[in-house]
Amino acid sequence: MTQQGRDRPVVLEARAITRRFPGVVANDNVSLQLHQGEILALLGENGAGKSTLMNILYGLYHQDEGEIFVRGQPLRVSSPHESIQRGIGMVHQHFQLVPVMTVAENVILGNEVTRGPGWLDRRRAGEQIRAISRQYGLEVDPDALIADLDVGAQQRVEIIKALYRNADILILDEPTAVLTPQEADDLMQMMRKLARQGKSIIFITHKLREVLAVADRIMVLRAGRVVGETTPAEATEASLAAMMVGRSVMLQVERGEMRPGAVVLEVTNLHVRDDRQLLAVRGVNLQVRAGEILGIAGVQGNGQTELVQALTGLRLPESGSVRIAGHDVTGATPRRISELGVAHIPEDRQRDGLVSSYPLTDNAVLELYYLAPFARGLVRDDAAVRDHAERLVQEFDVRTPTVTAPASSLSGGNQQKLIVAREFTRELRLLIAAQPTRGIDVGSIEFIHNQIVKKRDEGVAVLLVSAELDEILSLSDRIAVIYHGEIVATVNNGELSREQLGLLMAGASLSETAAMSPSLAHSEGLS
Amino acid sequence: MAEAVEGRAPSPGPAGFREYYARYAPYLVPVFAVFTALVVGALMIGLTGGDWLAAYIGLWEGSFGTPIAIASTVVRATPFIIAGLAVAVAFKAGLFNIGAEGQLYAGSVCVVLVGTLLQLPPVLHIPVGIFAGAIGGAAWASIAGFLKARTGAHEVINTIMLNYIAIRLTDWLIRSKNPYLLGDPADPSSARTMYIAETMRLPGFRLSDTIVLHLGILIAIVLVFLVAWFLNRTTIGFELRTVGSNPGAARYAGMSVPKTIILAMAFAGALAGIGGAGEVMGVRYALSTDFFSGLGFDAIAVALLARANPIGIVFSGLLWGGLLTGARLMQVRAGLSIDVIKIVQALIIMFVAADQIVRFIYRIPRPPPGEETMISKGWGGG
Repeated sequence: MTQQGRDRPVVLEARAITRRFPGVVANDNVSLQLHQGEILALLGENGAGKSTLMNILYGLYHQDEGEIFVRGQPLRVSSPHESIQRGIGMVHQHFQLVPVMTVAENVILGNEVTRGPGWLDRRRAGEQIRAISRQYGLEVDPDALIADLDVGAQQRVEIIKALYRNADILILDEPTAVLTPQEADDLMQMMRKLARQGKSIIFITHKLREVLAVADRIMVLRAGRVVGETTPAEATEASLAAMMVGRSVMLQVERGEMRPGAVVLEVTNLHVRDDRQLLAVRGVNLQVRAGEILGIAGVQGNGQTELVQALTGLRLPESGSVRIAGHDVTGATPRRISELGVAHIPEDRQRDGLVSSYPLTDNAVLELYYLAPFARGLVRDDAAVRDHAERLVQEFDVRTPTVTAPASSLSGGNQQKLIVAREFTRELRLLIAAQPTRGIDVGSIEFIHNQIVKKRDEGVAVLLVSAELDEILSLSDRIAVIYHGEIVATVNNGELSREQLGLLMAGASLSETAAMSPSLAHSEGLS
Repeated sequence: MAEAVEGRAPSPGPAGFREYYARYAPYLVPVFAVFTALVVGALMIGLTGGDWLAAYIGLWEGSFGTPIAIASTVVRATPFIIAGLAVAVAFKAGLFNIGAEGQLYAGSVCVVLVGTLLQLPPVLHIPVGIFAGAIGGAAWASIAGFLKARTGAHEVINTIMLNYIAIRLTDWLIRSKNPYLLGDPADPSSARTMYIAETMRLPGFRLSDTIVLHLGILIAIVLVFLVAWFLNRTTIGFELRTVGSNPGAARYAGMSVPKTIILAMAFAGALAGIGGAGEVMGVRYALSTDFFSGLGFDAIAVALLARANPIGIVFSGLLWGGLLTGARLMQVRAGLSIDVIKIVQALIIMFVAADQIVRFIYRIPRPPPGEETMISKGWGGG
């Protein structure tokens, strides 16, 4: 497929696209060709210009220089409407669906099937959608409400929406960022099926494994420029990462012997309810010692969020107890917990970790603003805050023109580095890191992983919660698997294989899993 | 408005100017909105057969044309500025304070109480009066703050309801004859309270029979800088802004969101109460039932036009005061109804709220991220 791909007609071509924003060149002389039936992966770190390029192709932005051709015809008027008419469909990272409407209604929205003047023909719409979903293997019930669908199904609706408008060029913007590993695999199968039937796909991502699994051709962007083009056959994860970042990257974290100390975090029989008042955490028992990293592995939505909120004071536990460094902090306020030397990297950095309209300076002291030297009495000391922010930006390599720029102007990776910088420069006993590298670039991931290990080596107790099993495996000293709000197993890292852990995360019992591994009998914490 | 014309031209001007324009024009959206509203207002006057030029010249002369006109604009603007701050402070905390009107009355009732019951020398009586206004307004606004913090009840609804209660309560306090509460037994038909003691009246210059340029404007300016300093330089101001910008991050950072909400409302109410005190102590020396007649609602417009920026409120307050002051001369010169001014004011607010239109007309790029969201969130409540 890789080789024949080049002989097929070019359906979409961008020539020497340049797009400037105040202060940055987001795309600098970028050219690309997309052939019919091809999956072109566009790889790059956050801020490399992938999304800008796609928004130009889709007509949301206009390029400053360069031309776009669809099947040899120039695309002049830049509006999404024009692009849709020319057969370009885009699936955004954040879905554009109306939750209270059905699948069919969402698909036909703006392109309604009518019978007579203004009567919706739901039946016919449903049939058309079923036909599309059969043809491309995109399973979805046209009559289901969007709100009732899981993320994977919602994404299929988005793809159907594009296909329903006769798109044969599909742009998928970070489509796997929101999916579980299984859902991502399903999506990649669908992508192959679509390509086999003649659809051309541009697949934007920064996950190297997926690129190698599904792409026909790979284009790498860095700082707005195309820095290389390759194929999965010629590339490895390491070579792609190096191209993306511009230097060689350690994909594996170097982790020395652990020297565990006293127990810092002790969670006993903790029960926590979620927003719908359902028990999300049911009787969790945990211990994290100084100088070790305990990784909590689990598919998202198994109580990790509520567990972390209860540990950091953001949610009142239903019952059970939390002790940190000997103090009972069950139900304590976030401030009291923070003042005990607990740092928290929140899972949703946009919502909880930063005030995006604030400059970096204010964000750098979000928790410490009331303490000396950042305030004297009630009066804040701007100079001290600024010095602190300058130091963090320097030490943690946060890329920003100035510390007075708003946090929203930073890329995701740099926002996360700022949070890490803020949390790691406090006096720490315990670090609670929830999804510390979600949605950020390889370079930042490497950096943050090394920082976490460094803290552990300094004697900090680390609780790592991540939906990425690879992250858990490469960082943790011990691994606890959470399923339906319960810790189903706690083992030393290395005792179970990736596959065995995957089974536990999916709800298999330990005895079923243990049959695969004789070494389990010696592991601790089994019940 | 030379910039406007330049910005409209699609042909490339000098690159330096365009960059300059792109950087600073977003901050001038309110100015463009006012300008556009005046243009549309002129069109409307012209289309209905009026003489728009004479009207606007009259408006200008009546508001800023003579020293006396300027003085009466300043007197008129004073309560707008102070009450505008009351709306702005709540706005910064993510709260939409519709209740400035009620807080003005609540504060003023307390002012009248200390003005009629206490006997003190002026050096004490004036600060006591202002303090009483602040306490009354703060207490009244805190009710809405407390309800929001404890039960999540929306402050927009509650402040509106508290407005009605405050106005009716004041009405009753004034009109009650048996026994007389605040009403003046010496003049039972007056529908006003007793006059406050001479010792509590704000000193000022008498410029004509009707206009006294009183101390209120100085109080307003001091409050403007105090509020700006409080919001930007104190830890409590930081908490307030953080809760307003991102309550999730505020909780994460260990701030108490409920406490901050109550505090922000109390502070807002205190400001409105001081605004009421200024009017009672500087202008009429008594409180009547229709005393503020919508001042608290105009304060929302003043704050909105200034985008809740304390310094900006000085200008939007002066604009508001000027429009109302100049309206009378405009009426005389062009034979127009004073209501034309209400239309221009409404247009200004429309163009400020629908800033997309203004951005489109003057080719103003998107504002720096973050600023926009605060304004729109204020409208939607949250």
